Amino acid sequence: MSVLVYAENSNGKFKKSSFEVVSYGYSIAQQMGVPCVAISIGDVTNDELARLSQYGASKIVSVNNDQMKAFVNQAYGSVIAEAAKVEESTVVVLSASFSGKGLAPRVAVKLEAGYVDGAVSLPDISAGFTVRKGAFSGKAFAEVSLSSAVKVIALMPNAYKVIENAQTPNITAFSPVFNNNDFKTMIKEIVRAADKVSLPEAEIVVSGGRGLKGPENWGMVEELANLLGAATACSKPVSDAHWRPHSEHVGQTGIAVSPNLYIAIGISGAIQHLAGVSSSKVIVVINKDPEAPFFKAADYGIVGDAFEVIPKLIEAVKEFKSVNA
Amino acid sequence: MKILVCISNVPDTTTKINFSDDAKSFVTAGVQFIINPYDEIALTRALELTEAQGGTVTVIHIGDASSEPTIRKALAIGATDAVRINALPRDAYFVAKQIAAYAKDQAFDIIITGRESIDYNGSQVASMIGELLDLPSVSIVKVMNVEGTIVTLEREIEGGKEVINCPLPLVVSATEGMAEARIPNMRGIMSARTKPLTTIEAVEVPTLLQYVKYDKPAARSQVKLVAADDVKGLVDLLHIEAKAI
Ligand SMILES: Cc1cc2nc3c(=O)[nH]c(=O)nc-3n(C[C@H](O)[C@H](O)[C@H](O)COP(=O)(O)OP(=O)(O)OC[C@H]3O[C@@H](n4cnc5c(N)ncnc54)[C@H](O)[C@@H]3O)c2cc1C
Repeated sequence: MSVLVYAENSNGKFKKSSFEVVSYGYSIAQQMGVPCVAISIGDVTNDELARLSQYGASKIVSVNNDQMKAFVNQAYGSVIAEAAKVEESTVVVLSASFSGKGLAPRVAVKLEAGYVDGAVSLPDISAGFTVRKGAFSGKAFAEVSLSSAVKVIALMPNAYKVIENAQTPNITAFSPVFNNNDFKTMIKEIVRAADKVSLPEAEIVVSGGRGLKGPENWGMVEELANLLGAATACSKPVSDAHWRPHSEHVGQTGIAVSPNLYIAIGISGAIQHLAGVSSSKVIVVINKDPEAPFFKAADYGIVGDAFEVIPKLIEAVKEFKSVNA
Repeated sequence: MKILVCISNVPDTTTKINFSDDAKSFVTAGVQFIINPYDEIALTRALELTEAQGGTVTVIHIGDASSEPTIRKALAIGATDAVRINALPRDAYFVAKQIAAYAKDQAFDIIITGRESIDYNGSQVASMIGELLDLPSVSIVKVMNVEGTIVTLEREIEGGKEVINCPLPLVVSATEGMAEARIPNMRGIMSARTKPLTTIEAVEVPTLLQYVKYDKPAARSQVKLVAADDVKGLVDLLHIEAKAI
């Protein structure tokens, strides 16, 4: 038996979420008394693969051939399910990243496994196998009991800390037989803003609402975010008005985030907005209306005009960084 | 073009969520149900495509008779016909199995779902249908265009987007950007009453999991207010007390 973890890479480099899933998988494996095996698909060097063993993977299975260089959820799903059979895995862990969300359900169906998307903590295996996940778009949590022989879990980014557990790297190549029908989708182009922190994975998020009046005022939001190494986000009306791209919209009908720190500027705190951000660890609200509902859901707040407060905050953070760099 | 749109019936976004005393079930009394917002986007894009290129849009829903208003709304927005699988949607696998069983012999060109339903947030039905029908699928798609038999899609990825080509047929899950949801007009509402709505019994699906308990996030303690002229005080609190920077 084993726990199999799929470690997703971006241009041959593992992401923080990949180390999170390996740390998480290793903890489950420890509880079950079985090894944690990581699988990587795509063009990744041995040095990079070995990094997975730092977080508990005692075996690293690498699928590195021309056909599998680009992400195709059908083909990747087949390969991961195949590896799970070879490794006799009873638990398969992936990240609930954009790709993971398309991929994990395929793995689950192939293995006739119960599947939980968006797990937020380790499963409770004291009696059965119960996984906690967000539900009702951040308004609640649900506990899901899995009764299938194999279980598949997609872990919410930022929900589980990266933990060092060094193992001796043991890398093996894996070349499953491919089904040509698995390669129908073709990636034509990948566009990535190189200097941007990805929103679902960000540890700090600086978010702006309608209170910022217009897209021309986002310079200070971006400056603050850059200083803090944060991702930028926005409320729904802001993306609806095309002040900001839809990919920045957080909330019940947008991206759900759970950063360490969420800074909301000129956002009222409507129930649909709160739903997507309430699992942030620390929430700071800056709003000129002392009655804004967001203050009831915040840890820290400043009642004030964003156009005065944010420039001062930028200066204060610069000063802080210069002392604490 | 023949398109199947999968719709789910979810609590209105303003709903305050409550659970039964034993924490085992979601209390639906007094809750207004709506078409899942992402499914509305999917439906609208399906209508745009068939209006431009010809074809039909069928909506499918797994639920009991109480969700018929949601199905009628989808018909009022413009769907050609509707199918209701008469069963409570146990979980995403159950739902995907029902849709796959129905769609298997129907030769749909595109099967489209919302990226996730805003109640159980599974984001898995589209990929599961793809797997069950051995079709390609693309999840969390913000742009979808069809030219002849080739579909071009833009999918969200961390910090960017991916542009993908795929031949028909395929399964897609839709997110914001794909279309602006439409409000039904009077004619739509009138005609929805007479559009065909077929009810089908569910197929058997093995139980792999069960939702056993619910709870709500712990309330935050009272907000600490910092004076607007003391932003340095805020930075200190975030560093020393909250350890967030
Ligand atoms: C089906 C549905 C789904 C929805 N989903 C989402 C969702 O996922 N995410 C989401 O965000 N919303 C969602 N909404 C919208 C939601 O109901 C609110 O309308 C929205 O969150 C409000 O955005 P806002 O806070 O930016 O704007 P407003 O509510 O207009 O608030 C602006 C705030 O800025 C403050 N302000 C103004 N000027 C200043 C200034 N100079 N300095 C400081 N503060 C200032 C005001 O006091 C006010 O509190 C949804 C709505 C519906 C119907």
